[in-house]
Amino acid sequence: MKKSYPDAAAALDGLLFDGMTICAGGFGLCGIPERLIDAVRESGVKDLIVVSNNAGIDNEGLGKLLRSRQIRKMISSYVGENKEFERQYLAGELEVEFCPQGTLAERCRAGGAGIPGFYTKTGVGTIVAEGKELKEFDGETYVLERGIRADLSIVKGWKADEAGNLVFRKTARNFNQPMATAGKVCVAEVEEIVAVGTLDPDCIHLPSIYVKRMLLGAPYEKKIEFRTTRTREAA
Amino acid sequence: MAWTRDQMAARAARELRDGYYVNLGIGIPTLVANNIPPGMEVTLQSENGMLGIGPFPYEDEIDPDLINAGKQTISELPSSSYFGSEQSFAMIRGGHIDLTVLGAMEVSEKGDIANWMIPGKMVKGMGGAMDLVAGVKKIIVVMEHVSKNGDSKFIPECTLPLTGKDVVDMIVTDLCVFQRPDHQSPFRLIELAPGVTADEVAARTTARYEA
Repeated sequence: MKKSYPDAAAALDGLLFDGMTICAGGFGLCGIPERLIDAVRESGVKDLIVVSNNAGIDNEGLGKLLRSRQIRKMISSYVGENKEFERQYLAGELEVEFCPQGTLAERCRAGGAGIPGFYTKTGVGTIVAEGKELKEFDGETYVLERGIRADLSIVKGWKADEAGNLVFRKTARNFNQPMATAGKVCVAEVEEIVAVGTLDPDCIHLPSIYVKRMLLGAPYEKKIEFRTTRTREAA
Repeated sequence: MAWTRDQMAARAARELRDGYYVNLGIGIPTLVANNIPPGMEVTLQSENGMLGIGPFPYEDEIDPDLINAGKQTISELPSSSYFGSEQSFAMIRGGHIDLTVLGAMEVSEKGDIANWMIPGKMVKGMGGAMDLVAGVKKIIVVMEHVSKNGDSKFIPECTLPLTGKDVVDMIVTDLCVFQRPDHQSPFRLIELAPGVTADEVAARTTARYEA
């Protein structure tokens, strides 16, 4: 079965519907599935629930879907650096569920691993735990958090082989790994597709079983949020 | 004379020990990295999925795929490793990180910390802060002693939504250091910035602590 599609629109064909839940990989603008986000925007699908650590920045990444008002609810841990998000949220136009970053990653990992809920210490005694079941283990209080299953996962990888085995690059891996497992279908965009046998089977980050469809997204113009450098001392 | 931001970071850095794995928050806590004593091996964790943060890159080494949790470009070390967010927080929540240094808007005398939202005003989110204070072995807060309005930030009860309850072990401000040996004990004033008196600290602090 061929997993590779000519472009993002083709790779998403038949998968999108109004009101669906989408898990999106990436941290800030690092490792975001930008071709797939663009294709979701073009499709016009709306009332989306989007699970993503961040919400992009104004007009980059998921910020594009916010601007086009296709997102009804975000489940995120950190949404700074995004004025349009803040405006919609404070005006009551956008529903937001703040979820601690580690809990968010684990909710996706658990959901993808067939675990509907788990107990964690994170958020106990805060508004995050309000209305949720608490339980004591060995004298400490934990809160029950639910696993996340999404209709679709969209992720960005570095290299894929034709079978759909994926390798990420440096800190662009981030949420792509757990998000990829949480969707009923996962579509991956990558920078390079290589022949099977090229990637070392011992060094695969995401086994092919999770990747149902993929596309070559290159060439990428990767964005940087905060460019910080040091200067070479003169010899 | 009160401590500068750099001196506050240097004071927090004195809590580092050889072999520690450490997560540093954004702002003053990031400056702790510049104050690691020579010869001491400290591995910095970045919660977006990296152990072994290197210095900022040279201009021609910048890599958009290599950033820290503050979304700044960084570099890697020969000992670095990368992993996904689920693995990153497994090591945080699982108690494998020795020390974290965080900023705060408020800390209560019971060790509660608030640093993620001001209702109706600031809506950025907690990021990884709730996981860090829940899972890391030692929690140090570095913050200005008083707010821009001159109000004490170390207070009897937090007024803002909490990031964690009964989690803070040490507070480094521009005026002094408070510490508690365990979560049953009250905070104790253990150190003053040069030229700062205990009376001055008392006048600017509403939390109860042992002098």
